[in-house]
Amino acid sequence: MVADSAARGIERPGRPRGPALDRWAVLVLPAVLFLVVFFLAPLVTMSLRSLTDPPDAGLSNYAKFFSQEAYIRVLTNTFWIAFISTLTCLVIGYPYAYLMTIVPGRVAGLLLIAVLLPFWSSLLVRTFAWQVILRDTGIINSFLLNVGVISGPIPLIRTTAGVIVGMSHVLLPFMVLPIYAVMRRIDPEFGRAAANLGASPWRAFIRVFMPLTLPGVLAGALLVFVLALGFYITPALLGGLRDQMISQLIVQQVQQRLDWGFASAMAVLLMGITFAFLFVASRLVRLRDVFGSALEE
Amino acid sequence: MTSAKGASGGRPSDGRALVLRDLVKRFGDVPAVDGVDLEVRDGEFLTLLGPSGSGKTTTLRMIAGFMTQTSGTIEIGGTDMTRIPPYRRDVGMVFQNYALFPHMTAGQNVAFPLEMRRLARPEINRRVGEALALVRLESLAGRYPRQLSGGQQQRIALARAVVFSPRLLLMDEPLGALDKKLREALQLEIVRVSRELGATVIYVTHDQEEALVMSDRIAIFKNGRIEQLGSGEDLYDRPVSMFVADFIGESSILRGRLERAADGAYLSRNGSRWRVDEATLARAALADGTAGALVVRPERMRIGGPDEKPPAGSNAVEATVSAVLYLGSDRKYELALPDGERAVVRQQLGGGEREWQRGDRVTLWWPVESGVLVADASA
Amino acid sequence: MSDSWRQTRRLLMAALGALTVFYLLAPTLVIVPMSFTEASILSFPPEGFSTRWYEQMLTRPEWSTGLRNSALVATLTAILATLLGTLAALGMTRGRFPGRSLVNGLALSPLIVPVVIIAIGMFSLFVQWRISGSIVGLVLAHTALALPFVIVNVATSLRTMDRNLELAAANLGATPARSFLRITLPIIFPGVLAGAIFSFITSWDEVVVAIFLTSARFRTLPVEMWEQVRQVVDPTVAAVATTLLVVTTGLLLLLLVVRRQAPAR
Repeated sequence: MVADSAARGIERPGRPRGPALDRWAVLVLPAVLFLVVFFLAPLVTMSLRSLTDPPDAGLSNYAKFFSQEAYIRVLTNTFWIAFISTLTCLVIGYPYAYLMTIVPGRVAGLLLIAVLLPFWSSLLVRTFAWQVILRDTGIINSFLLNVGVISGPIPLIRTTAGVIVGMSHVLLPFMVLPIYAVMRRIDPEFGRAAANLGASPWRAFIRVFMPLTLPGVLAGALLVFVLALGFYITPALLGGLRDQMISQLIVQQVQQRLDWGFASAMAVLLMGITFAFLFVASRLVRLRDVFGSALEE
Repeated sequence: MTSAKGASGGRPSDGRALVLRDLVKRFGDVPAVDGVDLEVRDGEFLTLLGPSGSGKTTTLRMIAGFMTQTSGTIEIGGTDMTRIPPYRRDVGMVFQNYALFPHMTAGQNVAFPLEMRRLARPEINRRVGEALALVRLESLAGRYPRQLSGGQQQRIALARAVVFSPRLLLMDEPLGALDKKLREALQLEIVRVSRELGATVIYVTHDQEEALVMSDRIAIFKNGRIEQLGSGEDLYDRPVSMFVADFIGESSILRGRLERAADGAYLSRNGSRWRVDEATLARAALADGTAGALVVRPERMRIGGPDEKPPAGSNAVEATVSAVLYLGSDRKYELALPDGERAVVRQQLGGGEREWQRGDRVTLWWPVESGVLVADASA
Repeated sequence: MSDSWRQTRRLLMAALGALTVFYLLAPTLVIVPMSFTEASILSFPPEGFSTRWYEQMLTRPEWSTGLRNSALVATLTAILATLLGTLAALGMTRGRFPGRSLVNGLALSPLIVPVVIIAIGMFSLFVQWRISGSIVGLVLAHTALALPFVIVNVATSLRTMDRNLELAAANLGATPARSFLRITLPIIFPGVLAGAIFSFITSWDEVVVAIFLTSARFRTLPVEMWEQVRQVVDPTVAAVATTLLVVTTGLLLLLLVVRRQAPAR
């Protein structure tokens, strides 16, 4: 019975020790081998290429990046756009996740589907949609022109705002899901308990509920920020020349300049930054929570 | 089922369905089972009883083959099972949480072991029908487990475990998740089914009442060993230790030091002196001067007024009633003894006995020969 | 706290929720009516009703072969990723081996590494191996991207499965192989199916890696769309976008239905 369960844990260690366990472990091998050959090897080769292309490159590709202000500006711009997108997602996503926890189960299910459907639908399709909405002959401008509010199209596409709107749209689910996962685990009686201790509902929300949701907020913000750093399609379609992000620069170097060494160096840089953020964040939240909540269902 | 003697399964045997010899299981350095010897007769209902962590479930799992013993042997029907995987041991098992396959109907669940044995379809259908009839659930064969109540699920699990006439039937706290009323009904049901099949049953529980109701013999487990093995009466009337006395039923445990005087043996402490008769003393085999405890069952004790004279051959003492519990068919008194010990007395109602109140001064007595002397492990 | 304030707050929350749902769904959904326009430019509201852009998509060779290629690549990716991922999930949840967290990290990293980096890394190596611009190269690349989804979904269903069921199967006479086929696999099936569907969608919608690993002779639908979107946009693109969307949404709804009907544990 219940009291027995602790003892059962000891009594049921799963597999017997010995050869039996290796039989299971063998099953991991095909996938591991696959990833090593088709995923890890390309990344490693690319990292080496950043040092050996041209053959005597050494660190010169990296030096090149840091010596030109234009490149540095792309990097800071990348951070800036990722940061603003994260903020936007938080401002929209937090209340939404909260709403999901207080409405009846059926409505919550629908709200969840409203998050999950775009989450899984094509990024290109969604960005294309924003293009159709935001461009000079797009839905917003033609509506405003027809109504007569404006006399000429206002610039929406090829602006930083356009990029932020499109990226936040794509990234919002990554903010909502972890926050919702944490909020759902909070005892709904928290408000009553706090009220019992004399706190007003608003104070209870600020002082008790919000701190409890912090792990979810951190997880969501981290996920959105890190993913935003690597965006390519959305800034390429919705942004202007001055909104260029580092992924675009990398592609440009490969496709137009054929400068593989320099492109690889920037790729290594972006990868390094991504992992550095994940490493710092792993001290704050359990990464398994972050990705787990985004992956299951 | 065709072979009514499911227990022996037609194999030649010497009447012993299961033999455990010096069975040991260690997890790391921690022994969970620490040298268990046990022989189970064909057709016997044997219960492994003990508190959690005492090794009973580990023992059962080793018999089923779910884990391998560190040392010792397990013989089922005369065959050493050490190298036999669970799926070739031919023992049925009922799990506490039923472990019914959720994606199969009740009928498909019961058919599963027969399909694994590659029986012909008509034979499977016939035996599934018989097994379901045995647990009186023929009409529910098409239901999925989630559409069945807890009690029905457990009966399906039982049918599934016996349908292939296994050599042994193992049950791991099968009634643990059910409420009391249903549990009592199913205890009788399980006993009936196993008797009808003549099955050999090894039953694990930590509920002593359940063990007493169902078993031919009970093995009391403590710290990975069998503390005592015997029938319910053996354990109740002749416990070998304070642990057993405490675990099976209720009793007054009166501790003291054993001393021998000219007129016989006594157990004494804080001024109280209990007479120990020769037969009791011989069974206990305790040396003079050692710490012992006299175990007396509540229904053997009597209470009278403060001036009442107990019959000859009794141990008697003046005591105070400290609690009265009304239990329907009887009344239970807790008494505080002058030496600081506590006694429990059970009085059947309807005999016109006098009713005592909390705080009453009474005389407590019991026949000298109704006490059992055991070593005092706590001293 | 007055009732009117409570009322206002409730209205505010509802409005906020409605707006967010609108922001999430509406932009994508405007494409659907636009794809049925009669006009030869994209406009909203669409003019008239016509399926001519869908005919275009199915008859113009670049679109129709793209559609075929996408379906083929996504199907093969789903098969390969589900196979590798299910095995890996079994090994990771059941096996004991050194370097567990390393394997875990490797299995999840395709989600973390920016996709542009993956794309150029694979491109540079796949060209040397002569599998760039072919269906083989793209399926291998997409399988790497899809593996984490399979592993996580299958591992979750394995972890939540009652291990006593397998003990019971063994006890009832099932060999490990038969126990796996008759008990384990059916019970974790919803997780495996989810992994397969997510793999399919991952490949079906993927564009960045595909931009690099496809060629003029072998293109998927998203790549074709990417090429068009940057130039002249005619409503065929809306029809293609709608097609991509409908397939993805349909598969997700299928998954929801399967989840709901799966036997409770």
